[in-house]
Amino acid sequence: MAAISAPVLRVTRLVKAFGGVDAVRDVSFTVDAGELVALIGPNGAGKTTCFNLLNGQMRPDAGTIELSGMRIDGLPARVIARRGVARTFQVAATFASMTVRENVQVALLARAGAQGSIALRAPAAFGAEADALLARVGMIKLGNEGCATLAYGDAKRVELAVAIAAAPRLLLMDEPTAGMSPRSRTRLMEVAASLAKKERIAALFTEHDMDMVFGFADRIIVLDRGQIIADGAPAEIRANAQVRAVYLGEEEPLSTDGTNTSKKMY
Amino acid sequence: MSTLSAGSLLAQLLTGLADASSLFVVAAGLTLIFGVTRIVNFAHGSLYMLGAYIAYSATHAFRGGVGFWGAVVVAALATGLFGAAIERLLLKRLYGAPELLQLMATFGVVLIVRDATLSLWGAEDLLGPRAPGLKGAIEVMGRAIPAYDFFLLALGPVVLLALWLVLARTRFGMLVRAATENRVVAGALGVDERALFTAVFALGATLAGLAGALQLPREPANLGMDLGIIAEAFVVTVVGGLGSIPGAFIAALVIGLTKALCVALGTVAIGSFEIAFPKLTLVAEFVVMAIVLSVRPQGFLGAPPAMAPTTAVPDQRRLIVPPGQRALLGAAIALLLAALLPLISDEYTLVLATDVLVFALFASSLQFLMGTGGMASFGHAAYFGLGAYAAAIAVKAGWPMLGALAASPVIALVGALVFGWFCVRLSGVYLAMLTLAFAQIVWSIVFQWNDVTGGSNGLVGVWPAAALAAKPAYYWFALGCAGLALVALGWLGQSAFGYSLRGTRDSPLRAEAIGIDVRATQWRAFAFAGAFAGFAGGLYAFSKGSIAPETLALPRSVDALVMVLLGGLNALAGPLLGAAAFTWLQDTLARATEYWRAGVGVVILVLAIAFPMGIGGAVHRLLATWRR
Repeated sequence: MAAISAPVLRVTRLVKAFGGVDAVRDVSFTVDAGELVALIGPNGAGKTTCFNLLNGQMRPDAGTIELSGMRIDGLPARVIARRGVARTFQVAATFASMTVRENVQVALLARAGAQGSIALRAPAAFGAEADALLARVGMIKLGNEGCATLAYGDAKRVELAVAIAAAPRLLLMDEPTAGMSPRSRTRLMEVAASLAKKERIAALFTEHDMDMVFGFADRIIVLDRGQIIADGAPAEIRANAQVRAVYLGEEEPLSTDGTNTSKKMY
Repeated sequence: MSTLSAGSLLAQLLTGLADASSLFVVAAGLTLIFGVTRIVNFAHGSLYMLGAYIAYSATHAFRGGVGFWGAVVVAALATGLFGAAIERLLLKRLYGAPELLQLMATFGVVLIVRDATLSLWGAEDLLGPRAPGLKGAIEVMGRAIPAYDFFLLALGPVVLLALWLVLARTRFGMLVRAATENRVVAGALGVDERALFTAVFALGATLAGLAGALQLPREPANLGMDLGIIAEAFVVTVVGGLGSIPGAFIAALVIGLTKALCVALGTVAIGSFEIAFPKLTLVAEFVVMAIVLSVRPQGFLGAPPAMAPTTAVPDQRRLIVPPGQRALLGAAIALLLAALLPLISDEYTLVLATDVLVFALFASSLQFLMGTGGMASFGHAAYFGLGAYAAAIAVKAGWPMLGALAASPVIALVGALVFGWFCVRLSGVYLAMLTLAFAQIVWSIVFQWNDVTGGSNGLVGVWPAAALAAKPAYYWFALGCAGLALVALGWLGQSAFGYSLRGTRDSPLRAEAIGIDVRATQWRAFAFAGAFAGFAGGLYAFSKGSIAPETLALPRSVDALVMVLLGGLNALAGPLLGAAAFTWLQDTLARATEYWRAGVGVVILVLAIAFPMGIGGAVHRLLATWRR
């Protein structure tokens, strides 16, 4: 067992380059249990690359990633998943030939280590548990719908249910509210926040909607061209001149009212 | 023991390079067509064969005047025109269709061209003329090398250069390159796809016809040329990288040299082992392919393959509905009716019905691999054949029938585990090609290993136990075995493993992210599919009483594909319907006409164009409309 005091996620001096371009340069940060942390930055800042390194989709060129004190960098994605890292993708990745419920059932089967069982009949497995998870993300009514025909926002919700089905220690959400109405966004972020708080999950998310970021994140990490330029509470980030310069190219305070789209960060 | 002299090595090298050169010309056309239209053209071998036959007739027509060389030009151009006609009349309708369906349709063309050639030129091999001006031989280090070989040797580089000039310097070439690189962008740039596709197909066909015509002085025109060359050409294009002409050139060279080396080495004794290298020439190219693809999945100069299963039938993503009570009731009634069949039918029908059962199981195992697993196999007959031979050899060795039958899925499983380990590292067309390669390897071994497999004659006297010797008894036995196996396959699809497998097909990314080992899951699926195919093979061997290499040859793999696609990739009962329809069709046509293959070909084409979802899919749709 790792030390109790170790953060759920500790990233130390992470580096990843594509060709000659450093997508992630010397990135270090931590996420504690129960903490909801936003990873923001302009397009191409390295947010998704960071996620890909964290869940093992890509191998870092240098640096370490520790999960509760144990090194996970360089391990394959499925092994990292088994260690307790769940993620959602920028473009929702679901099993299109299955229903919403079946998607969650497969995730529950995998969590139970039964993904390869030929004795277990899948349609009958973990039905109630799957429904409970779907209720949590507000998808219970669409349980029997095929994933191929879902609206984009609904597919992202399914992904969240699939991700939390793994009972993760670390939850990575890549733009969890993309494609949703403002009301749905708030509701989904409330689910994510309560997950973090109640189940002591360490949650890291990227998001373009600054209302969500400043409204829900306990802490915000700002990436620019692969480097962390700020890491702190929302109020500190809002006051940070460098962040403002990077984002808007002007000395204007970040708005949180959400009425002016030009102030959303893209 | 061989004495490997420098002279014989050089002679073999030159012959090998001449072969490589002409193989490249065929493959260049194939890869050009694939690059632009994304169609894997099975009929390319048929175009090659046509080139040879047309050149034969043209030479006779032009006796005197322009003679052979004129005939070559005429043959190449005529084949090009024929290719353009195929594209215009048929393939044009299939560009939006899934790859497998396109492939099946081009195989329909293979069957039609084969029979058309048979009716026009007859079944006899037609000995071609020697090339005027190149009749003699040139002595190299004491060995006589045909002058014509030197001509062929130069042909490959000349064609490569010519194609390069066309692609690099002309507007047509620019469009071809644009379309090969990125179809969407090419379309957006205002490229007239229709004209471009036809032109490219015509050019590719011309190259095939040219190579076929030029083969005439070396090999008589014969009806085996089509499938003979297509397997080799596939290997060359895949090893070189699909769509890459220089890649095809390098691949042809590597394969030609490997084969020459095998011949030159002769039989080598290592300790008490004797390796007959010349016998390896049949498998050499496939071994090269297996090695290259497992190290570099996209071939020498190919673009990295996309992650998504490119063979997906759109309908494949349709929601999978577990069989309900009504479906189970239907299955029970069908089983009951099937069990009553021997009471009302004659022996001939029973034999046919037994075939249907065997092929239904065989096709179902392929459906499991392709439909549920998303892995298209062009070489599924390898496992069917392994099972059949395992049973036959075991019986010959004195095993009781049931023991021998039990050996069939086991041996097929072992084969599938070995080959599958390589195959699951690839996806899409590359995976399909690798399965084809392994099937050809198994075929070559069976064909040549006289002592064990009986070589080209196969094994006879593989009869079931006395109690099952009567046709009705064996039919009931096969019904029980195939029925149980089909239930097991159905169960597998509904099991946690089956769902995980479906998950790896739908989204490998998601599967890995929730902790499913994609490759391991696919590998297991490959092994299961192989074992069930092997069991079908075992049942087949005992129903026929004999077994020959055709049992695991390429057409058998295609039969299975046709059955699956005929029945519908996603309909659970699809393979059953497909096997029944195909077996009945083949039998009816074979009794009615000498040209039954063409008949099958026509049916394939009609199905590919009119019912892309197969019979099962069509029935589904009909039911859906009817209920509405």
